[in-house]
Amino acid sequence: MHDMSTHALHHHAPPTGFIRKYIFSLDHKVIGKQYYGLGLVAVFTGMALSWLMRLHLGWTNLAIPGLHLLSSTGAPGNVMTPEYYLQLMTMHATIMVFFVLTVAPFAAFGNFFLPIQVGAEDMPFPHINMMSFWVTFVAFCVLISSFFLGDGPALSGWTGYAPLSAVGSVAGPGQGLGQVLWAASLAIFCVGQLLGSLNFIPTTLDLRAKGMSLARLPLNVWGWFITSCMALTAFAVLMPACILLILDHVAGTSFFVPSNLVINDQLQPHSGGSTLLWQHLFWFFGHPEVYIAIVPGMGIVSHVLIANMRRPLLSYKVIIGCMFSIAFLSYMVYGHHMFVSGMNPFSALVFSFPTLIITIPATIIVLIWIGSLYGSRLRINSASLFALGFISMFVAGGVSGFFLAQPSIDIVLHATYFVVGHFHLVMAVAAIFGIFAGTYFWFPKMFGRMMNETLGKIHFWLTFVGAYCIFMPFHYLGLAGNIRRYQAFSGYMEPLIPVHRFITVAALITGAAQFIFLYNLVHSRFWGKVAPENPWECTSLEWTVPSPPPFDNFGGRHPVVYHDPYQYGVQTESGADFIMQDSPETAKPA
Amino acid sequence: MAKIFAVTLILIAIGSAIPIVAHIWEPAPDISTHGAVIDEQLSETMVEAGLSFLAAQFVLAIFVWMFSNRPENAKIGHFPGGATAMVLAGFLLVGTEVLALGIFGTKAWASVYFTPPAADAMPIQVQAGQFAFYFRYPGPDGKFGPLHPNLINEANENFFGLDQTNDQDSKDDIVTAEMAVPVNREIHLLMHSKDLSHSFYVPELRIHQDFVPGLDLSLHFTATKIGKYEIVCTQLCGLGHYNMRAYLYVYSQQDFDDWLKKEAALQ
Repeated sequence: MHDMSTHALHHHAPPTGFIRKYIFSLDHKVIGKQYYGLGLVAVFTGMALSWLMRLHLGWTNLAIPGLHLLSSTGAPGNVMTPEYYLQLMTMHATIMVFFVLTVAPFAAFGNFFLPIQVGAEDMPFPHINMMSFWVTFVAFCVLISSFFLGDGPALSGWTGYAPLSAVGSVAGPGQGLGQVLWAASLAIFCVGQLLGSLNFIPTTLDLRAKGMSLARLPLNVWGWFITSCMALTAFAVLMPACILLILDHVAGTSFFVPSNLVINDQLQPHSGGSTLLWQHLFWFFGHPEVYIAIVPGMGIVSHVLIANMRRPLLSYKVIIGCMFSIAFLSYMVYGHHMFVSGMNPFSALVFSFPTLIITIPATIIVLIWIGSLYGSRLRINSASLFALGFISMFVAGGVSGFFLAQPSIDIVLHATYFVVGHFHLVMAVAAIFGIFAGTYFWFPKMFGRMMNETLGKIHFWLTFVGAYCIFMPFHYLGLAGNIRRYQAFSGYMEPLIPVHRFITVAALITGAAQFIFLYNLVHSRFWGKVAPENPWECTSLEWTVPSPPPFDNFGGRHPVVYHDPYQYGVQTESGADFIMQDSPETAKPA
Repeated sequence: MAKIFAVTLILIAIGSAIPIVAHIWEPAPDISTHGAVIDEQLSETMVEAGLSFLAAQFVLAIFVWMFSNRPENAKIGHFPGGATAMVLAGFLLVGTEVLALGIFGTKAWASVYFTPPAADAMPIQVQAGQFAFYFRYPGPDGKFGPLHPNLINEANENFFGLDQTNDQDSKDDIVTAEMAVPVNREIHLLMHSKDLSHSFYVPELRIHQDFVPGLDLSLHFTATKIGKYEIVCTQLCGLGHYNMRAYLYVYSQQDFDDWLKKEAALQ
């Protein structure tokens, strides 16, 4: 019998043919895996770039074998030029923020699991969903092409501040074609993510199975839903900003360039533009973007932790309320990136207050996670270790935000390594830990095989200790006044070079440990132990379908939901300590 | 493994705190008149952030130690106060802390940005451009001549685009590649950019301000200690960004006068 909640979705036939099954697939699960694969390629590319950066920072005149093959002008004799350092840095950050941190926790896991977790057969617009991946893939190709075209990639950082990013190649190598390709890639990326959000939101609101009320959604679904809403609004601002930037390059406009600028003794042919306009547009997007990067991780970590604590969190509603608050406040804080930018100093105070206030919901979430551990029956495995590591990293990175939120302290710490340490810990490392937690947890369902637990634990320990060894010292460097985005250090920064060398060694070792993860992924995919349907004894709907799920998720049946997803630590007839969401059984009285 | 996690986390937390407590890496000593308020704010924040960091990591570690490896049928416990306690803790502890930091911090910010320069502050103009800072002193007439960007010529060392032939006020302007100020004298720093976004940062002076092309910005400060300090660019401006620095010399009044005379003779 067809019930009203699923009548909106067409029942599509199973895909046939290699192209439809694996390349231009309409199946959200394949699309999710494609996004995951893209994220994997991107993260190893971004990591390799970070190795090149770290080697150069530790040993400025080091000849890095083979580097001249990547760019003969950027690394003559294998020694990186100052401009090439900035170009590699720009690509490292752009690839990581967009193609790893936005793609993996949100687009990859979200695409795979959102429909299943709400009890749907697929997303409502499978063709648009397929396009969202391929558009994102094209964006990645456009970005990577800048390595090989013109005089290399842009060098203006992932923030691409004007006028450096707007005046063209007169400002330096990579600022011509490289900058245009950068802006084009991001504009295309925005389209891809907007298309994705157009699926995530109606899936969550309209395709829920019977009995799956909003209050019964797994917390990671709330994470993806809130993230999609942020993505719709934030990417919708970045896209036109990038288009305006491209126009400044190719159409003779001056959106971001004022008059009377002299570069290389030449008066630049621009007038009427505003330098600060770029910063406002970029950061209005940029701050919600960092929450787009972390909120899915908060949802995933909540879900993984609950299953491994065998009890619900202290409050489901408070976590959701906090995620909403963080998303809402994220639009009001963006000026904290601009305290010393030259905008009216009074506005610094206006932005500082919501920045400090946003600490409150973030703290409450952390307190609820930690408080929920109390009295739990915690299971330690690779997934739960990375979830616990997420909490540790998020706290470590979050507390440095107390400093940067205050304009007067920002005078001392702006543009130093303190900022770089802050965002790497709180965003990059924490989000990566969320991706790892999600991978170890959901791999059995995605591929029908278990990952190797021993390798997972080794991967965890090396990454956890390694990440602290890399990024904690960044804060000390920042306090000592080490400026960021420098390719070499002299003057008062010269005595800090030994610290950089320590960090480089830590980064190389920690990076090498990621190959253990890669090996584990690939080996388990083909030769891992066959996974049961519900290896973690988890309650949510993805664990009611085979591992891996069939093309239509539920094999034609329509799940009916009776419970919230956190019926753990309960007494049941069968003696199990949990009740599946679609089980009509109720818990025995205690 | 849970116990190893707990111990490792505690060691990491303590290890992270040691360099802070031992003051191994710190901001350079303050030589400004407004910096003490900033430094006090920084210390208070360090204590609060540090305690929050240590407390959170320790409690996380302790709970992981205590509540793993429990028997399958162990009773699930509830943190006293539950979610309500956490929400209250979030609002009361963190809320008051951040509001206090924010409110007291406005004083430090205001001392830099909301107080006008003294009437007798010495004006010095600084221009940032790929990849150097240049400075201009107004000379005996106390006036800066107009700038003509179309006259800027690096080869002829006309960095500011002055027309010293036709502009009366420019004739006695003194352009230098290094900045000097008399100790204990308030300086009114007039900032503009020749080309792109740059930034002016002197760690010891506790001043940090971006140059915005198209905007004339200013700061004021008073240096209280004689010495040589570095001015570094902190806003990415191209391949020479890492090397874009100038030196600030804080001299006694006599030494400053001698320096200015020497620079004037070189014009």
